[in-house]
Amino acid sequence: MATISIALAGNPNSGKTTLFNTLTGARQHVGNYPGVTVEKKEGSYTFATGEQATIIDLPGTYSLSAYSMEEVVARDYLVQEKPDVVINITDASNLERNLYLSTQFLELGVPMVIALNMVDVAQDRGISLDAQKLADLLKVPVIPIIARSGKGTAELMAAALELAKENAAWNPLHISYGEDVDLALQTMTERITAAGFMTENYAPRWLALKYLEGDNQIRKKGRAYNPALDAELQEIVTTVSAHLDKTMEAHPEAIIADHRYGYIKSVLRQEVITHKFDVDRLHASDRIDKILTNRFAGPIIMLGVLMGLYKFTFTYSELPVAWFEAFFGWLGTNVETLLPDGHLKSMIISGVIDGMGGVLGFVPMIMFMFFGIAILEDSGYLARVAFMMDRVFRIFGLHGSSVMPYIVSGGIAGGCAVPGVMAARTLRSPRERLATLLTVSFMNCGAKLPVLALLTATFFAENQAQLMFLLTLLAWVVALLAAKFLRLTVLRGDSTPFLMELPPYRFPTFRGLIIHTWERTWQYIKKAGTIILTISILIWAMMTFPGLPASEEDNFTRQHQEILTASPGPAREALKNEASPLPEEALQLKKKLTALDSEQAGRALRHSLAGRIGTAMETVSWLPGFDWRTNIALVGGFAAKEVIIATLGTAYSLGETDPEDTASLSETLARDPHWNPLVAMALIVFVMFYAPCFVTVVCISRESGSWKWGLFAICFNTAFAFSLATLVYQGGKVLGLAG
Amino acid sequence: MSAILLRAMQKDQSGTITAVKVGGELGRRIREMGMVPGTRITIMGRAPLFDPVAIRIMGGTLTLRNNEADHIEVEIANPGENL
Ligand SMILES: Nc1nc2c(ncn2[C@@H]2O[C@H](COP(=O)(O)OP(=O)(O)OP(=O)(O)O)[C@@H](O)[C@H]2O)c(=O)[nH]1
Repeated sequence: MATISIALAGNPNSGKTTLFNTLTGARQHVGNYPGVTVEKKEGSYTFATGEQATIIDLPGTYSLSAYSMEEVVARDYLVQEKPDVVINITDASNLERNLYLSTQFLELGVPMVIALNMVDVAQDRGISLDAQKLADLLKVPVIPIIARSGKGTAELMAAALELAKENAAWNPLHISYGEDVDLALQTMTERITAAGFMTENYAPRWLALKYLEGDNQIRKKGRAYNPALDAELQEIVTTVSAHLDKTMEAHPEAIIADHRYGYIKSVLRQEVITHKFDVDRLHASDRIDKILTNRFAGPIIMLGVLMGLYKFTFTYSELPVAWFEAFFGWLGTNVETLLPDGHLKSMIISGVIDGMGGVLGFVPMIMFMFFGIAILEDSGYLARVAFMMDRVFRIFGLHGSSVMPYIVSGGIAGGCAVPGVMAARTLRSPRERLATLLTVSFMNCGAKLPVLALLTATFFAENQAQLMFLLTLLAWVVALLAAKFLRLTVLRGDSTPFLMELPPYRFPTFRGLIIHTWERTWQYIKKAGTIILTISILIWAMMTFPGLPASEEDNFTRQHQEILTASPGPAREALKNEASPLPEEALQLKKKLTALDSEQAGRALRHSLAGRIGTAMETVSWLPGFDWRTNIALVGGFAAKEVIIATLGTAYSLGETDPEDTASLSETLARDPHWNPLVAMALIVFVMFYAPCFVTVVCISRESGSWKWGLFAICFNTAFAFSLATLVYQGGKVLGLAG
Repeated sequence: MSAILLRAMQKDQSGTITAVKVGGELGRRIREMGMVPGTRITIMGRAPLFDPVAIRIMGGTLTLRNNEADHIEVEIANPGENL
């Protein structure tokens, strides 16, 4: 027998992922559905009898309407791929609501087994269920399981296998939706059948039902398929709607939903479900909520938890991040000694190794962040955070769940936008999610901090601490206002309904956490790695080519020689033999040579494409007061904000400047006549808000599913930063602050 | 017995939904979460800024914003009559 295909479907939080992991173990493949950012997970399962099955984890949904991407994906999969069996996983402790989706599967007619999950939780709550009775009433197998421990899964799979082997035709369930709707359904079904209207894929009555529910996806298909019949059907719908509106003040889709629940209630009432305790009894979870979402204690505890997550992510990842850095440093040194000098070496070190280091250096941080978020998510706390923060974030057109990405990105100064962008995955509302993705990069991430620290220390030494704090606040204000602006313009539209479940608190399983964390981290490595390598090499080339003209190179070589000849012999010897400690004279010599090399590097940088761009940019960059050196540094900063200081150092012919040790750069800037506090302030706001680094841009593009948004982030942020910096500089000059 | 809007309900108050007066995506979301006429709900509490509201429904907890709750009419059970 060929491989059996089994689709797993169910409500969010019903334990779908847990069951999928239990069944497939490590044999999983995660990808995306074509054209959308909805995750597609597949795995394989071997039955006790030796047969093979492919298990597809459909996105968790509450319904099969066509409002969200997830629902469309799930429905299209069922209709087009026609899996042999659907395992509908339901939460036994919340059965009535879960059966709403099951009812829609039954209406569609898919061969189905119901997995009654979390029977342990139900039992604890004094709910007892008669699975056999339910199976008889719904006419599908119902198997109680505990996905977490694997109990009952063998029986479940056996039932699925049996059903698959029957290979029965789809058998849609017909529910009565009240006289008026039923009548319309009947007329429409007859016409659809007579015309063969899309019947190769869908059952006629189901199509009629979708028309009555006002399903946009089906209507669109219908219009393309047979415009005449589509119009006819639509007319019937309009008539019934008008009639229902007059008699019952209700839309057909409301009446259909009511009757579905009516059907479910009528089933459950037949002694399927019995409650031992009062239904309103407080569960353990509710008692925890009394504290964790308390008006006063709630926000304080939340602040503590978020700070904790932040500390956890950035403090504990420090060590592994340092290992990664050390490893790439070691790699660089080895290449340095192994390869002959030249462009290849320079490219491998500055382009490939630094580029890869840039991507992989984030990995430990991302892993820690995902692990922390997985704990908050799997335990159910994240939903409470969204619940508590929603009122504030809604003002700015965002969602309560936006708080997490903001914090991680640097809402508490020093985060990173890359994990921040990825944390936005927990948001289910599309517009709010996009607005979050596009604004988190305004936060003061850890790479911007050295730049801000250098400038504030150099020009605002007396008030540095206060200023840094104000800059953090400024980042929040700008990010939130930018979000509001986006939601009023490019992302205009009503807020997505907030309606959200607060799942009961649960202890996360270690296995679940590990799988969650690893899956997401791996996706980051795969997605970011390839593209970033390319861009990194590109930026290296921009800063290297074209090289200095031969005459100038020779000039530097000659000067090098001259310094050497002019120096006393013993000093030269000592430097050559790398004697330590170097005698005073040799030190002098070394200093001179380094100064010359730095000057050469500075000249080469100015001569390179990046340098020319920087110089050309002076035609506009005088507005916010930046000279070509700053411009090059900012161009380099697009690779990674850490590069800004290093590049500025090179441009000032100071040689490579370590972001951790900026004393000499600080002195140079303080002395340079071009610089003053106003220029510094303009540069501070520019660095805070201009184009996100390209790792972030890549992540934004990936997470939003389109390069368009990555590009948008670059242009929008840069334009905004430029205007703000110009305002600061020109405004300040008018006020006479240029001092 | 009296019908009021869900928004006006107090903490710990229970009632039975009598009408959901909204269509479109919001209406569908409300209904698919089980908020249909005849369903019993209890207010569990409100977020620190009094919005959104958390309700107990069909054994689960659901949150919705006040402006979403405005579309839902509820018949309040008399005090003490905890069905
Ligand atoms: N007690 C108990 N807990 C379970 C059982 N099955 C799953 N859980 C827990 O329920 C929570 C949600 O399970 P998931 O597998 O993440 O649910 P899901 O349906 O995939 O949810 P989404 O990922 O939100 O779509 C997790 O904390 C699980 O550990 C069970 O049978 N018994």
